[in-house]
Amino acid sequence: MIFKVFGKKELPRLFDVIAVNRVVGPVQKGTDKNGSPLHTFGEVRDFAELSLDYKTTILSAKRFVLPFHETLCTFRVTENGWEKDVDFNVRGPTVFFGLHACDINAFNRLDKVLMESVYPTPYYASKRKNMFIIGTNCEPQPYCFCRSMGTDTALHGFDLFLTDIGDRYFAEVQSATAYNFLLQIKTADPKEKDHQRYMDVVAEKNKKFTAHVDNTDLTKILDMEFQSQAWKEWGDKCLSCGTCANVCPTCYCYGVEETVDMNATGARKIKSLHSCNLIDFAEVAGGHNFRPERHSRLKYRYYHKHRGFVEAFEESLCVGCGRCGEACLADITVPEVIASVRGEGH
Amino acid sequence: MTQERTYLGVPLHKPKVAFFELSSCEGCQLQIVNNEATLLDFLSLVEIVNFREAMTERSNDYEIAFVEGSVTRADEITRLTEIRRNAAVLVALGSCACFGGVNQLKNRFHDIAWVKKEVYGKHPVETEAEAKPLEAFVRVDLKIFGCPIKKEEVEKIVTNVALGRPVQHPKFPVCMECKANENICLFDLGEPCLGPVTRAGCDSWCPNSRMGCWGCRGPADDANVEQLRNIAKKHGISAEAMLDRLECFGGFASHVDEIRGKAKAKKTASAAKGGVNPPSSPLGKGRRR
Ligand code: SF4
Ligand code: SF4
Ligand code: SF4
Ligand code: SF4
Ligand code: SF4
Repeated sequence: MIFKVFGKKELPRLFDVIAVNRVVGPVQKGTDKNGSPLHTFGEVRDFAELSLDYKTTILSAKRFVLPFHETLCTFRVTENGWEKDVDFNVRGPTVFFGLHACDINAFNRLDKVLMESVYPTPYYASKRKNMFIIGTNCEPQPYCFCRSMGTDTALHGFDLFLTDIGDRYFAEVQSATAYNFLLQIKTADPKEKDHQRYMDVVAEKNKKFTAHVDNTDLTKILDMEFQSQAWKEWGDKCLSCGTCANVCPTCYCYGVEETVDMNATGARKIKSLHSCNLIDFAEVAGGHNFRPERHSRLKYRYYHKHRGFVEAFEESLCVGCGRCGEACLADITVPEVIASVRGEGH
Repeated sequence: MTQERTYLGVPLHKPKVAFFELSSCEGCQLQIVNNEATLLDFLSLVEIVNFREAMTERSNDYEIAFVEGSVTRADEITRLTEIRRNAAVLVALGSCACFGGVNQLKNRFHDIAWVKKEVYGKHPVETEAEAKPLEAFVRVDLKIFGCPIKKEEVEKIVTNVALGRPVQHPKFPVCMECKANENICLFDLGEPCLGPVTRAGCDSWCPNSRMGCWGCRGPADDANVEQLRNIAKKHGISAEAMLDRLECFGGFASHVDEIRGKAKAKKTASAAKGGVNPPSSPLGKGRRR
């Protein structure tokens, strides 16, 4: 790994160098009822639009690779039959400017299913292969439990990772593209005191985590506690609204709908993200529903994230960003659900 | 416009359709006409034989009847029964037809004479004590929810009907669409919203304009109304404010009846124990429950 340091004034210059491409980054969306800012990821044209000091975003950056709705293909009815047009919906490279470690890891987890499996998803891969990621360090919030999930630091999956060490940024350079971009601003090789400062910042961050999940033997415990009363209790609270999956950076489930244009000369196949908490998630042809009760659906969400995925890929599909718990109106949070199933404090 | 449509080489059957209105504002029918860009395509799919808002000719020869409005008068029952007899498919168009709609708000008052006086003053009107959905009198084959209906949704449904494809409503609630539209949640802004319990399909019309959902499309499958009321309470939104919303369009009538029934039972029990009665409903006079 190559390390560099550069002064804070250089960052807008780096932005300008990179912004010939489409840039997506944290922007303020509004304020809540207490006047606190609410952020989201959006397209930015000017460095000043970026809110790099954001705490979290109401939605993850997932939708830039897995849009909520995506037209997979269109059909044109012709004289002799029909023609199909497939479009992966990539219009050029996208720069992500300011992703936190959890969200970088989230993309890495998605890759395992959508790109590295037996049947890669071209709609995902084409976008994913066409991005440049600049990570930034973050400050743990009361709902963040990434440290429990091993995702509080990103080891790969970015081009450049910037850590604020006071008057300058400590930069981890992981791609040749990033190295070449850095040649266009003023950087220096880090000195011993920069290394020290970096380690201090990381140590300081580690002290700030307050939410935790105990993952010890969790896959086994989930198997043992399949009938736990805790599921029923959480299920009673759940609204089956799908919000948790929609805000989650790693939920990828979807449904496909085929519609015919009103003039009957064309048709389209549209993919829409879905959620395992929705009532029809496990409904099959003929109308049978494998998970008609709320608690069975809620349970499934946890089994996929913390058991099924772990057994398949040796790590959890949850990166501990805490968004689902923050967005859930019923206050269903991952640390509390897991603790209750483990029989702790419930 | 009159050119015959084909789909994949097969001529499309162009069903004869008729539009009718009972007690309603005709807003749903207006949604269909109010559609210059796609109106011609719409007209090439179906043959409209009866549509007061758009044409003067009338006919009783139709296959699909779209009926807007709720039933509030005896003569409407007669009309509706006749429409049912003529139509192969009867579609309840909009929340009034599906649930009674805004009209059914009057069902919550027991003194119909008082209601009439409040609403119409000295003008004499004939109206039954309750506004009812079509289903209370005839079999309904298909419901199109919304107050008003969403034209994009109707167009999709009509296209599917014309092509003989199945019509499916979303079973999940409005929150799904609201998140996809990247809205800030109304509860974060301190405002009530029925999105978590209301059937989707409107593309979260109201939250997109930063207004909480009023439940016009009725309950989603498996709507957890009880939990939403707990959530509202935690957000400092009064139980009565939530009930006002739940009552507004009639889709949640059975939920409201249950809640009010429970509240009443609790009140009686606490009165029996010598407890103090809570202040009476803000709607006051003539309140049924
Ligand atoms: S856990 Fe929360 S966010 Fe997820 S479906 Fe249930 S109520 Fe909605
Ligand atoms: S399950 Fe919740 S905490 Fe875990 S990655 Fe998804 S949104 Fe974040
Ligand atoms: S099954 Fe549920 S938890 Fe797993 S990816 Fe799909 S929506 Fe997310
Ligand atoms: S604003 Fe309403 S519909 Fe949107 S997420 Fe919040 S509760 Fe659901
Ligand atoms: S958001 Fe609610 S009230 Fe508004 S149109 Fe949709 S269902 Fe009706």
